Amino acid sequence: MIAIAIIRLRDLFAIVILFGIYSFLTAVLFMDLDAVDVAFTEAAVGAGVTTVLMLSSLYLTSRWEAAPRHSSFLPLLVVIITGAVLVYSTLDAPLYGDPSAPVHQHVAPRYIQKGPTEVGMPNMVTAVLASYRGYDTFGETFVIFTAGLGVMLLLGVQKPHKPRPELNTIEDEIVLKVVVKLLIPLILLYGLYVQFHGDFGAGGGFQAGVIFATGFILYDLAFGEKEVRKVVPAHWLPRLAALGVLIYGGVGVISLLNNKPFLDYSALAHDPVHGQHLGVLLVELGVGITVFSVILLIFYVLANRRRQS
Amino acid sequence: MNLTEHLPILVVIIPLMTAPLCVLLDHPRLAWFAALASSWVSFAAAISLVMQVSAQGPISYWLGGWEPPWGIEYRIDVLASYVLLIVTAMAALVLIFAKESVQKEIPEQRIAYFYAAFMLAFAGLAGIVATGDAFNVFVFLEISSLATYALISMGKDRRALNASFTYLVMGTIGATFILIGIGSLYMMTGTLNMLDLAERLPEVADTRTVRAGFAFLTVGIGLKLALFPLHLWLPNAYAYAPSMVSAFLAATATKVAIYLLLRAILVIFGIDFSLGLMPLDNLLLVLGLIGMLSASLVAVYQRDIKRLFAYSSVAQIGYMVLGVGLANATGITSTILHLFNHALMKGALFIALGAVAYRIGSTTLKDFSGLGRQMPFTMAGIVAGGLSLIGIPPSVGFISKWYLVLATLEQNLWPVALLVLFGSFLAVIYVWKLVEAAYFGEPDDTRTIREAPLSMLAPLWILVIANFYFGIHTDLTVGLATQATSALTGGGG
Repeated sequence: MIAIAIIRLRDLFAIVILFGIYSFLTAVLFMDLDAVDVAFTEAAVGAGVTTVLMLSSLYLTSRWEAAPRHSSFLPLLVVIITGAVLVYSTLDAPLYGDPSAPVHQHVAPRYIQKGPTEVGMPNMVTAVLASYRGYDTFGETFVIFTAGLGVMLLLGVQKPHKPRPELNTIEDEIVLKVVVKLLIPLILLYGLYVQFHGDFGAGGGFQAGVIFATGFILYDLAFGEKEVRKVVPAHWLPRLAALGVLIYGGVGVISLLNNKPFLDYSALAHDPVHGQHLGVLLVELGVGITVFSVILLIFYVLANRRRQS
Repeated sequence: MNLTEHLPILVVIIPLMTAPLCVLLDHPRLAWFAALASSWVSFAAAISLVMQVSAQGPISYWLGGWEPPWGIEYRIDVLASYVLLIVTAMAALVLIFAKESVQKEIPEQRIAYFYAAFMLAFAGLAGIVATGDAFNVFVFLEISSLATYALISMGKDRRALNASFTYLVMGTIGATFILIGIGSLYMMTGTLNMLDLAERLPEVADTRTVRAGFAFLTVGIGLKLALFPLHLWLPNAYAYAPSMVSAFLAATATKVAIYLLLRAILVIFGIDFSLGLMPLDNLLLVLGLIGMLSASLVAVYQRDIKRLFAYSSVAQIGYMVLGVGLANATGITSTILHLFNHALMKGALFIALGAVAYRIGSTTLKDFSGLGRQMPFTMAGIVAGGLSLIGIPPSVGFISKWYLVLATLEQNLWPVALLVLFGSFLAVIYVWKLVEAAYFGEPDDTRTIREAPLSMLAPLWILVIANFYFGIHTDLTVGLATQATSALTGGGG
């Protein structure tokens, strides 16, 4: 329903908010499917940060969508066909929750049974993400890095400038400021918890980076950019993002230097399981740093544009 | 550390890790040098991989030390090493050309980031080729695509933004389709490893889920490789991108997509399922033919030479797809051959166009008037590349066309063979347009134009010479292509 509303509406502001709701509902759906980690990510990224970023870019353009120039018949046809094929394809798919489905028979049992002993962490999602399929996560971190780089290339490399505190601030809203002040330590603390507790509970570098960045963005929105940029200057962010992926890659290179395959964490310590622990901790840190700096970077770049216009 | 053992991963991560390094260096010349050095190292690694694989057979490399299918596997077989060779060689050559060209086309403070994005695009393509894991393909596809969108948008013309956005939308749809396809395969088999998929798919091949997954996967790849009629993003993207990006993309991006198509339909699904059970062979045959002829026709009427050769690329993709659609060993050999050969000619042509853009600032047909006398070496390069494009012996273009025509005759499809020859005839027309302007047009006396700098002529002429060297000494390319084909069609990689 919300998706249809999004398509029909021409008010981009309302659309962005609806997108947020849509993401949140998706997150609930993921929870329902027992995919806690995915739900967490969807809630933090989809419902949280992207809404802020989309609103920021909305500020740069206009609120109303231009009337479409093309007829929407062909796209509609393509969408209907795609949907039909998707439904068609589910007809023969195994039922949800069917324990005999191939997904539960082939690769997964080992992740579940041996994961805790081989990788040594209770959260098997983290074990699969960061170790068994660690190279995919390495790639995903590079995707984030690439996205940040793309924004930098398109919207400009930031030159140091004099921050103007009077803009961007919500001057009179004392209640808001107090609430934000109270919230921020909690958000940052929670971000750290998610970062380092990913081995045991839901979460990890991706979510932590997003949450941490949210804290900074919130402060920026409420109190102006001056203070935030004292803590994290804009020109550090691309370097931080690069540093994050280099940490992840560096772990892999250490494995290589020990003549083990790339990203084989058992090279990091004498005891393989111990090595796994250390490796996962390090790569999650790399992921966290990159995600945090890229999101904050995109926000800064958009805010910078706003000031120029 | 035993270097030879880790070659499969080094080919990919050396350029990949250079990208953040470029950002940290944040200095135009240093970033260029880092990019150049790492791409040559990667090229060297690819060369030794080719030798290693053809001597000892496929290499399997377990990332993170987990054995497949639990972990991710890098699998280098003959075809993979051959495509890796193309990608790394083109990156290494284009980067020599890039120094002057990028300095002129990209704002000074963005150059370091630009090279970082280029290295990401390059490493992403290499990663797609090297991996033996279906989901890993998607991850590296995202890296290379995102970087490519950013690179295209850096073109000087404002229309580059539009072109990049169109590509972004089309590319994202393609990537999503590929992901849905991979997802349904995973749902039915519980594995993501390509060889494991190939082993487990026949059991469930007769389900709607697998068939729909197959459809999503091929349409998604079709978008990426600009298969007619999904090619609309390509001409503008190539025409408005910065010169070095056009040169690199034209020589590699669609080749990697073709490689992915071959992997998907021949390795994962198997030739009997894809080209026998599903009607893909006829579909590819028809689409390939239409793409080849329509794009060549459109190319004849282009005024901007970069767009002209972009349309010619769509036509050339038609030839490659046609080879697959013929569904016999010779056809597939011709496709694999043309991957390499087309990279050589389009690489040469787009580098030459980049040199023209460097001296003149644009590449419309009018600008070429009389250029044959003003930039003799560059223009000679374009003519040589054009001859190869048409398929005149002893160029490499002739070799690919020869095999393609042989393949059509093997299937008794002589009308198709005639159409292929007609396509070459169209190529003669559009190349001639350029030659006529350059050599018989009156030069514009008000401007003085010097020959392009050596750093541009050197990679151009290396490619031109390669165009004819590999046209005469066909042992290497034909040998590798036949080896790859027999591995692909003889069950498994």
